[in-house]
Amino acid sequence: MKSLGSIRRDFAPWSDPQAKPYIRFENVTKRFGDFTAVNNLSLSIYEREFFALLGASGCGKSTLLRMLAGFEEPTSGKILLDGQDLRGIPPYRRPVNMMFQSYALFPHMSVEKNIAFGLKQEGMSKADIDRRVAEMLKLVKLERFASRKPHQLSGGQRQRVALARSVAKRPKVLLLDEPLGALDKKLREETQFELMDLQQELGLTFVVVTHDQEEAMTMADRIAIMDKGEVMQVATPAEIYEAPNSRFVAGFVGNVNLFEGSVAERTENSARITGGSGAQILVENAGEAAKGNDVAFAIRPEKIRISSRKPQDAVNALEGEVYDIAYLGDMTVYYVKLDDGQIVRASMLNAARIVDDPLTWSDRAWISFRPDAGVVLTR
Amino acid sequence: MNATWSRFNIVSIVLGFAFLYLPIVLLVVFSFNASRLVTVWGGFSTQWYAALFRNQGLMDAAWVTIRVALVSASAATVLGTMAALVLTRYTRFRGRVLFTGMVFAPLVMPEVITGLSLLLLFVAVGLDRGFLTVTLAHITFSMCFVAVVVQSRLISFDRSLEEAAMDLGAPPVKTFFQITLPVIAPAIISGWMLAFTLSLDDLVIASFASGPGATTLPMKIYSQVRLGVTPEINAACTILIGIVSLGVIAASIVNKRREVQRRRDEQAAMRLD
Repeated sequence: MKSLGSIRRDFAPWSDPQAKPYIRFENVTKRFGDFTAVNNLSLSIYEREFFALLGASGCGKSTLLRMLAGFEEPTSGKILLDGQDLRGIPPYRRPVNMMFQSYALFPHMSVEKNIAFGLKQEGMSKADIDRRVAEMLKLVKLERFASRKPHQLSGGQRQRVALARSVAKRPKVLLLDEPLGALDKKLREETQFELMDLQQELGLTFVVVTHDQEEAMTMADRIAIMDKGEVMQVATPAEIYEAPNSRFVAGFVGNVNLFEGSVAERTENSARITGGSGAQILVENAGEAAKGNDVAFAIRPEKIRISSRKPQDAVNALEGEVYDIAYLGDMTVYYVKLDDGQIVRASMLNAARIVDDPLTWSDRAWISFRPDAGVVLTR
Repeated sequence: MNATWSRFNIVSIVLGFAFLYLPIVLLVVFSFNASRLVTVWGGFSTQWYAALFRNQGLMDAAWVTIRVALVSASAATVLGTMAALVLTRYTRFRGRVLFTGMVFAPLVMPEVITGLSLLLLFVAVGLDRGFLTVTLAHITFSMCFVAVVVQSRLISFDRSLEEAAMDLGAPPVKTFFQITLPVIAPAIISGWMLAFTLSLDDLVIASFASGPGATTLPMKIYSQVRLGVTPEINAACTILIGIVSLGVIAASIVNKRREVQRRRDEQAAMRLD
């Protein structure tokens, strides 16, 4: 079998201006009474994409999914699926299927019957249904449990039945609402890769709602970060992490250090940012920031070096004292309190087994980073 | 715990149970009395049971009662389930609170008032009192009991089951009959059984709503007792007690078994994971 990575690397329809979006939200707004769950949102999802909607609870991500499934109608705006306007089409006539967070397995039906339910609605022949059910059971490795009832299964098995049931009809799009939310950590990690394999094998478009950023980063081709009913950024996991477009996204995904300041000097590529207390930071690829703008310089903890003496070659170096140390095994996180009072988080990979660490609590320390290690945020 | 089995506790329990069950025990014992005098023991005999089955009046009344109970329990179950569905599903319609109150008011309404009002209604519309009116009256008052039982089940019903069925292509009506109804069936069945027993032992409302030719068993027993208790009545009551207790015991055994089996299955599933 071709490795997943080689298929994935070439897959980027969103950067192709010719590519037609498969699912399209156009200025979609959804209000429940006075509460606006989704606010004038536009979004494109491409065929065969593994798309993740990531956000805190109440950000509107589930509402978006439910509108796609047909359980809610948009207050205004429209949703297109493969060119077809979905308005007014009830859930039972939409070519999408959903895997529910609670799995929603029918308690009075066996595993087989659960999987066959959707096929029966289509009026498929008995023989075809049996064949498809057997195929699905094999796909999720539950052949031995075909005649069990849902309450006779473990959490992981129930999750796989729910998955098999939702893909049995070969929908154009599979919607997954927190698909791994009810599993424990170890099972969740295994299942993530199973889901990715399944998506490749069946060639489906997946839209997954999650609040777990690790899950979204691992599985998705692209992630939409949502907040208060709006999409903050849509990008690949690497872009979201390395090039967030706003303070919100930078802070939402992973850990980040933000240095607030203003642009003192601006050349074609680089910029010099002066912090409130006079600290100078030189940045390459400063983006849109113009001279005089109030900006934030965002840098991830693992891109900061920490040393006891001022590094000779460093362009950006700031002095402070070690405020706290968290030893996590695979890495150590240092919290350095700069002289202007800001606390900076720097993490160091413990690549060597025994580290003769010269730094300890209350030591003077220098943090340094390269000019291209972080990004300048204007929003 | 043993320390708490003091003399006082034992006395309390004996008194409590005696208070509850002594009258019933007396009734059962005297149904086997050979003597015609209800309160004087004249030796063991089953003659009153034989007499009971020869008593055409009592047997007719029993048959009427069973028919009324079957019909009214079934109709009340349909109506009560519909009311419960509306009350739990459509939570935003105008006048919902009033409607809820009106559905549940008969639960606390004195039976005399319910019976009298029904009687007035039947007279007003010119309905001849008989089998039909008793049945209608029983539907009216047992419907709200069914609604309460079914509603409490529907509150904990996971709506995503219905959404999943629709998502898989089942239209709403099909979803209701294939998913919702089977899942809430146990509550509907117990609602039916409640309605059935309520109808079976109702005296007050039946007395108002019934007419000649539709005398129910409780009415018959009551009218005979006014002429003096006969051992026959004791026998009839003993049989009723027997049927009801058998039903209750059987239902609880079945429930218990299912619960144990379910727990065992769940534990087995956890080990497999």
